Amino acid sequence: MAHSGINVLFEGRNLIRLFGGLWTTIEIAAVALILGLILGVILGVLRTFQNRLLRVILRLYLEFFRIIPTVVLLFLFYYILPKQMGLNLLANEVATLVFALWTAAEMSDIVRGALISVPQHQRESGMAIGLSRWQLYRYVLIPQAVSLELPATINLVTRVIKTTSLLMLISVMDVINVGQQVVEANNQKYPTGVFWVYGIIFVMYFAIDYPLSWWAKRMDKKRLERANG
Amino acid sequence: MAKEVIKVANLEKYYQKRHVLHEINFSIHEGEVVTLLGPSGSGKSTLIRCLNGLEPYQKGDVIFNGEKVVPTEKNWQQIRQKIGMVFQSYDLFPNLTVLENILLGPVKVQHQSREEAKVNAERLLAQVGLQDYENVYPRQLSGGQKQRIAIVRALALKPELMLFDEVTASLDPEMVRGVLNIISNLAQDSNMTMIVVTHEMNFAQQIADRVLFLEDGHILEQTKGDQFFKQPQTDRAKAFLESMDF
Ligand SMILES: Nc1ncnc2c1ncn2[C@@H]1O[C@H](COP(=O)(O)OP(=O)(O)O)[C@@H](O)[C@H]1O
Ligand SMILES: [Mg+2]
Repeated sequence: MAHSGINVLFEGRNLIRLFGGLWTTIEIAAVALILGLILGVILGVLRTFQNRLLRVILRLYLEFFRIIPTVVLLFLFYYILPKQMGLNLLANEVATLVFALWTAAEMSDIVRGALISVPQHQRESGMAIGLSRWQLYRYVLIPQAVSLELPATINLVTRVIKTTSLLMLISVMDVINVGQQVVEANNQKYPTGVFWVYGIIFVMYFAIDYPLSWWAKRMDKKRLERANG
Repeated sequence: MAKEVIKVANLEKYYQKRHVLHEINFSIHEGEVVTLLGPSGSGKSTLIRCLNGLEPYQKGDVIFNGEKVVPTEKNWQQIRQKIGMVFQSYDLFPNLTVLENILLGPVKVQHQSREEAKVNAERLLAQVGLQDYENVYPRQLSGGQKQRIAIVRALALKPELMLFDEVTASLDPEMVRGVLNIISNLAQDSNMTMIVVTHEMNFAQQIADRVLFLEDGHILEQTKGDQFFKQPQTDRAKAFLESMDF
């Protein structure tokens, strides 16, 4: 007798396992984003300083993480670095590290762009009241940059979350990997199960990413309205 | 004789190869109001920006309160608390309310207590007629109001010298009077020492104890205020006054 494919989700612990996989994904993404965004802000600030050498190094760092595809980075950090450097990290840790470094690289560019687009007059009027460089960044430049960069930051977050689907490649038990196992284990009984499993994974990603994209768009629109109005 | 607040000795300024200030020498005593006049591009902004270290200069000295300024960023930062500056653009910090704009310097730079600084800020706001605007953001203010707040922000640090760089140049005409009145009051009632760059010749005549006339980066004359407007010493200054419809 033919089973309805949707029941694959309710078979045994399948649904719980899928949500467990989702949780792993979210955990890695969340830790990587928090670390990456903080590091990114610091690097972004440093990239606005005059020091030539510092700027070149940070620029190279950015380009490295931007040019090399995330898949390659994951393999590089998971398979090659441990062998070469005697570092033994768990797959989850490698994943978190790669995503954090990637986020930091992209974030540094967003922050730098926002900081240098704060008008020069703002910088000078801050200096004119005696603010130190640190105070200038802390009270004037960074707060203004944040409102400029927020939409781009949310887009970055969305992209990072989407890209977590690559985690299965280094055998992290993320939601995609769990999904694949569920599909394989239930292939006999539920030939159409694959649609349902990937369908629910799609819904999961959509439920997280869509509100973020919507929020970013709305904020960008508001900012433009305010700038023009 | 009143004490010398600032003195400039043999100052030379270049932008890259371009020589924009030549052998600048003058000094200003306590309570004196000096207007810095001259055609556009003559170096007025550059000169007053050199006085609080916003522009580096290549030769000569700035002597503030009798002490030669060693031009490091740290020293300038100290001195800027005593030299208030207001610019042509309305440059309040858009991320902060009016009150926070004013308190930033006194509280964070000078480490005054917030309460004390707030009392002072409110007194200054009342003086410029904006006591009801404490909690408003700059974008809700008119140009004239912003400029008055910018003056208050500079005064909140209790400066010994104020620099005004064409502070009414981008205001709507009906806003100009109010801002100029504040500057005149500051000269008369508070006896503030100041350097004022302006295109408002009537105003300049009214407040100037002395005029520095600048052209192509040279100080062509330093004349007492009343005399300059009646009888400038150089033909260049005469032509300038005529060109300003004065
Ligand atoms: N940042 C700068 N870089 C290069 N040249 C400048 C800069 N600022 C001003 N100048 C030049 O220096 C001269 C003096 O300018 P400025 O001080 O702004 O004159 P003013 O305020 O009297 O109009 C002008 O010729 C101007 O083009
Ligand atoms: Mg100017």
